[in-house]
Order: sequence, then C-alpha cells, then structure tokens
Amino acid sequence: MRYALLINERPGADDGLDPQERAALTAEYLEIRADPRVLTGERLQPAETATTVRMADEEVLLTDGPFADTKEIFGGYFLVEAPDLDSALELAGRIPALRSGGSVEVRPLVEYAHAP
Amino acid sequence: MIDEIFRAEWGRVVASLVGFCRDVDVAEEAAQEAFALAAQRWGRDGTPAEPRAWLVAVGRNKALDRLRRERRLAEKLQLLPPPTETVMPATAIPDERLELIFLCCHPALAPQARVALTLRAVGGLSTAEIARAFLVPEETMKRRLTRARTKIKAAGIPFAVPGEDLLPARLGTVLSVLYLIFNQGYGDQRVDLAAEAIHLARMLAQLMPGEPEVSALLALMLLHDARRDARTRDGELVLLADQDRSRWNAAQIEEGRALLRGTDGPYAVQAAIAALQTEEPIRWAAVADLYARLGELTGSAVVELNRAVAVAETAGPRAALAIVDAVAPALDGYRYLHSTRAELLRRIGDPDGACRAYRRALELTTTEPERRFLERRIAHL
Repeated sequence: MRYALLINERPGADDGLDPQERAALTAEYLEIRADPRVLTGERLQPAETATTVRMADEEVLLTDGPFADTKEIFGGYFLVEAPDLDSALELAGRIPALRSGGSVEVRPLVEYAHAP
Repeated sequence: MIDEIFRAEWGRVVASLVGFCRDVDVAEEAAQEAFALAAQRWGRDGTPAEPRAWLVAVGRNKALDRLRRERRLAEKLQLLPPPTETVMPATAIPDERLELIFLCCHPALAPQARVALTLRAVGGLSTAEIARAFLVPEETMKRRLTRARTKIKAAGIPFAVPGEDLLPARLGTVLSVLYLIFNQGYGDQRVDLAAEAIHLARMLAQLMPGEPEVSALLALMLLHDARRDARTRDGELVLLADQDRSRWNAAQIEEGRALLRGTDGPYAVQAAIAALQTEEPIRWAAVADLYARLGELTGSAVVELNRAVAVAETAGPRAALAIVDAVAPALDGYRYLHSTRAELLRRIGDPDGACRAYRRALELTTTEPERRFLERRIAHL
C-alpha cells in the first residue's frame, strides 16, 4: 500500500540551530529518503514564501502567506510504499520533526483499480 | 448446544475468515450467516463431526458470495485462494485469534473503537448488546464499528501478531482494552461485561502462556470479580471491611491466586494486592508496599491515593492524610480523593472537615448507590 507521511512542524523549531546541526538534520532526512520503502519525498520552503489562492465572487483572490495561522505548519512529505500500516508508522516514527514538537500524519493513498 | 459452540467457536471462525478475506466487515457477516445456518440445520440433521470446519467452510462461501455480489470479484479474487469445495479437517484451520485480537486493539484505532470491535469480532457480542453495555444508542455503536472496520481496511492495519520490537507496547494496549471492558461495570445488567472480559483474558492467557502480564490480568479480574456479589447488599454499597465473606466466590479466588507469579508488571502488582485483600486479617503493610511498587511502575496519583488507604490502617490516619494532601491538587476532580479525605478527617476527629469533603465527593458522584452511601456517611458524622 502507498502512504503519505505528512510532516507538520512547530514554527521556529529550527531557529537557533548552527550550520552543523542543520547539516546533521538534513542528513537524517536524506537517510529516511534512501529507505527502499520511500518513493519520493520533498521539503517545502518556509511558510512565509507561500501564496494562498482562493475564489471570492468568482474571482481568484491571492493572499500572501499560508492559509491560516496554526500551531503546526506543513513542512514536507514522504510518499512510501509499505506492506502495512505498522511498516509506514515505523518510518514515520523516525522523522526528526517529531523530536522538536512536530507531528506526522500518516494517510493511505487512494488506489485506483488498474485496467486489465 | 449451538450456544455453547457459538461461545467457543465465534472468535476462531471470525479470525479464520478475516485471514481468508482480509475484511473484518465481510468476515463478521459471513460468520453470522454461518452460525444462523448451523442453528437451522444442526437441530434437524445433527451436529457435524467437525463443527468448526463446517462453520469456516460455510463462512468462506458466504464471504465469497458477498464479495461477488459487490462486484469486487475481479479486484479481489487475485488475492484470494480458490474456494474450497470440501470441508477441511479442523486441524488444518490455523488458530488466528491472536492476529484478530491485535488487529482489533491496534493503537491506530480510537480506544472506544478497540473495545467495541474486540467485543464484536472476538467476543461475539451483538452491536445491540455492546450499545446497551456502553449506554449509547445502537445507531451510534453501529457507526463506531463501521468506521473502525473501514479504517482497518483503508489504512492497511495488519492482521498479524506484532514482531518482537512492537510486541510489549502492543500487548499493553490489548491488556488495557480487556481491563477497560472489565471495568465497564455500569450499563445494562443483561450484558455481563466482567464475565466477557474474563472470557477474553482466559482466551488470551491460553494463546500467550509465556506472557506473565496476561495471566496477571486474568488473576486480577478473577479476584475482583469474586467479590462482586458481596459488594452490594439490597442495592447499597458495602465496604471491603463490612463484606459478607461467605458471598465471595471461593473457587474464583483460588483460581486467581494460583495464577499469581511475582510482582514485575503493573497487572501482577495489582493482582497481588487484590489477593491480599481476600485474606483475613488483611496485611495492610504488605498492601501499602505493593501500592508503593505500583506507584513506581505507573507514576499514578490514584495509586498514591490507594496507598494512603493502606497506610491509614498501619501508620494511622494522620500519616495517610499527608499522602492524600500531597496528591490532592492533581486529583481535585476525582470523587474518591474527597471521600477518602473525608473518612480520614472523620477518624482524626474533624467532623466539619469530613462533612465538607464528603459534600465535595457528593457533588462529583454520578451513581445513585454512591450518592446514597455518601449521604449515609454524612448523616453518621
């Protein structure tokens, strides 16, 4: 089964890290990405770089910044192919964002039936 | 006859069918249809030589029927072994109840859903019975079960006994589900959840004979349940010291005591305490020591409160009051904190303080027998 591991980070969690600590963190993420179960994974730029698009009175409306101020901000994801939920949860439990107050939402993907 | 077989075989048949079609919903329905057909046929034609094999074979066919009906055959059939034409010998059907128990108690399901699903899939209670026991409308319970079954399938919760690294934590979840069922003492009296929990714990103890906490939980349940009849008299609560010991279930106490092995885990300690409480006279110093050990294992303020009750019997109410006051801030919303404090204040000769504490307990209580009990205590001050 395929799962999305959606990484929510505590804002400012990485503030004050020195370059060495940041490099160690990146290395940890790269190590997870190298796991054979991981299909792909990406890290997003900070939320301040976001532009939110909405529809108001049939017109497209743009806002600077993320959709809403929340306690956690979506920061990246892994797409994984795992035999079952326990296997996906095991990978999710290794994600460094958890150690700095973040959370990881594990969601199965919709699998469309293949044409024969 | 069919009732006994239902009781003994339901969990195994459902487990085997989940293993067959990997769908709890389909498996439960197919098992139900198989048992209904058995009730019809066996009375007329006699019980087959291998009732379990018969039930599993019929259940498999019912499951396949449904999967076909739902036109998921093309998708699903590749995952399924071909339907069996002949009845398999019972010995060829692996016991997959452990897989089913760990599936139903998976921590990715909500605690209430784990409880309901375990009672339904493993225990064989009907949705209506579970709803009555938990005092919720049947529709609510039905939705809760449906949601859980859907999540199991959609999220790929495994039908497997967890590997070594996960097992201790997952077994802890299973035990907490069984203990939750046991402690659901209120609700409709026609559904005996304590007996159901004991049945499930007995099953688990048989399936995992090497796990001391499993037999400890079974012992704890047996020892507590043995005092059930003596705990009330004419609908009124009776404290341990005032209970009529001839109304205790001696055989159950003996069975519980025989299961005790050491005090390594939290359930083993609680079982040892329950065993001490069946002795006459009760060795309160030993009870207090075990509560101290349990407190180390769990870090629970409620355990400290219980320790205070034992300490009151050995070191006196003042020493106990000091312990109670230390945990009071953490347990202010807990009625037993206030009723325990009240009793201790009464004993040191502070009836006004006792009265205030009893009134606070009264505000927090939710059951009628407790309310009447507390009102009697206040009247006797």
